[in-house]
Amino acid sequence: MHKGKGMKFVGDSRVTAERTSQIPKDYSEYPGRTEAFWPNFLLKEWLAGSVFLVGFLCLTLAHPSPLEGIADPTNAAYIPLPDWYFLFLYELLKYEFASGPYVIMGILVLPGLAFGALLLAPFLDNGPGRRPHQRPIAVIMMLLGLISVSWLTYASAAHVDWETRAEENKPIPPSSVEIDTEHEGYAFYEENCMSCHGGELEGGGAAPGLIGIDYSAEEIADIARNGINTMPADQFTGSDEDLEKLVDFIITTNEQAE
Amino acid sequence: MLQKIYDWIDERIDITPIWRDIADHEVPEHVNPAHHFSAFVYCFGGLTFFVVVIQILSGMFLTMYYVPDIENAWKSVYYLQTEVAHGQIVRGMHHWGASVVVVMLLLHTLRVFFQGSYKKPRELNWMVGVLLFFVMLGLGFTGYLLPWDNKAYFATQVGLEIAEQVPFIGDQLKTLLAGDSEIVGAQTLTRFFAIHVFFLPGALFALMAVHFILIRRQGISGPL
Repeated sequence: MHKGKGMKFVGDSRVTAERTSQIPKDYSEYPGRTEAFWPNFLLKEWLAGSVFLVGFLCLTLAHPSPLEGIADPTNAAYIPLPDWYFLFLYELLKYEFASGPYVIMGILVLPGLAFGALLLAPFLDNGPGRRPHQRPIAVIMMLLGLISVSWLTYASAAHVDWETRAEENKPIPPSSVEIDTEHEGYAFYEENCMSCHGGELEGGGAAPGLIGIDYSAEEIADIARNGINTMPADQFTGSDEDLEKLVDFIITTNEQAE
Repeated sequence: MLQKIYDWIDERIDITPIWRDIADHEVPEHVNPAHHFSAFVYCFGGLTFFVVVIQILSGMFLTMYYVPDIENAWKSVYYLQTEVAHGQIVRGMHHWGASVVVVMLLLHTLRVFFQGSYKKPRELNWMVGVLLFFVMLGLGFTGYLLPWDNKAYFATQVGLEIAEQVPFIGDQLKTLLAGDSEIVGAQTLTRFFAIHVFFLPGALFALMAVHFILIRRQGISGPL
């Protein structure tokens, strides 16, 4: 590049009129089999990225993200649990030396020491050697830290029954349906249908909700007798008259919900 | 044609050096999995960045539907999850990405640690990296509350109780985070939303920029 006199610019701008080369740099003088990032390595890298993305999307499709019921501050029975990567900190607070009067130990001193040491690792481990066996103290401290974090996470997660937890906290949309318990069909609903379709016809894990369904009275009666999809037959075994009352209850509740 | 458009722009604003700065750098043999398969350990940093990009994009789409308000937050997430086309996938990507990014960060940190790559002259970049880890954990903590379900609410309650026990500044710290000294409610949700969507991503982008500029300036650490 020119300096001072003789520099040419585009118009009155400060953009130089001399074009820079578009040919990639030559790395043949570099040690070993050094490659240019652009375009050689990037061509391979995007393939690895694609494989990763496909795996990630498979995970997403196989396990839809969980959502529990809407937050209810009055729910005293709920046992709180943080996200998995905070479980170790949460579990730490259950130890005697890190809770109650010593809680400062659990919330500040121990995590502060661990993360502080992590932040300042280059200054604590400042010898010239890079190989693990040349810096045994740093490596042992890191391994101990890893083991403790893994153990605490395991201890915290092991006694949690994740499936029951998810089952008990299903998301139920707030319904505006008012159930007419005086309706003569309600008793039959309560007896035959409620255990799966829920007290407010909202549905549950095994059965869909019954609000906003697109069936005629005959079809509902037929489903109650003969089942549909995964619903087995003979869920309702009463008389035809009672069945009529049940169907009327479902239909009037639906009409009222609209 | 394209070349002409490019030349026209390049003549005026000289863009070639800009993208050349990003594109031109060497990939040494010891970090290239095409030559030594064990070099895949060098991928963790790049994969972390990749997942961060997924998080940014999926998060941007989530805010199209999400409402940071205690009446509607849960309903908007429920609607997104059940009614919106591909909403479940986008939310799934953001949900699982939050876990995957922590795993990748951990693996990347361990690779750098056990190779001793943070030694002189790379001390500063290590510290920037650990700060990035903290920011990411902060994003995880604040993002957890946003769906406003029981899990979110009670976990945040616990988190704030822990913050309250910090000596001297505990009460102020809790009020700063929750917006109130007692209630975990509307104020808390909007604060966590702002922290999750504006404050921490801002810090994240700034730190990532420093992280990458330092890598480019210093180059990847040599083979052991």
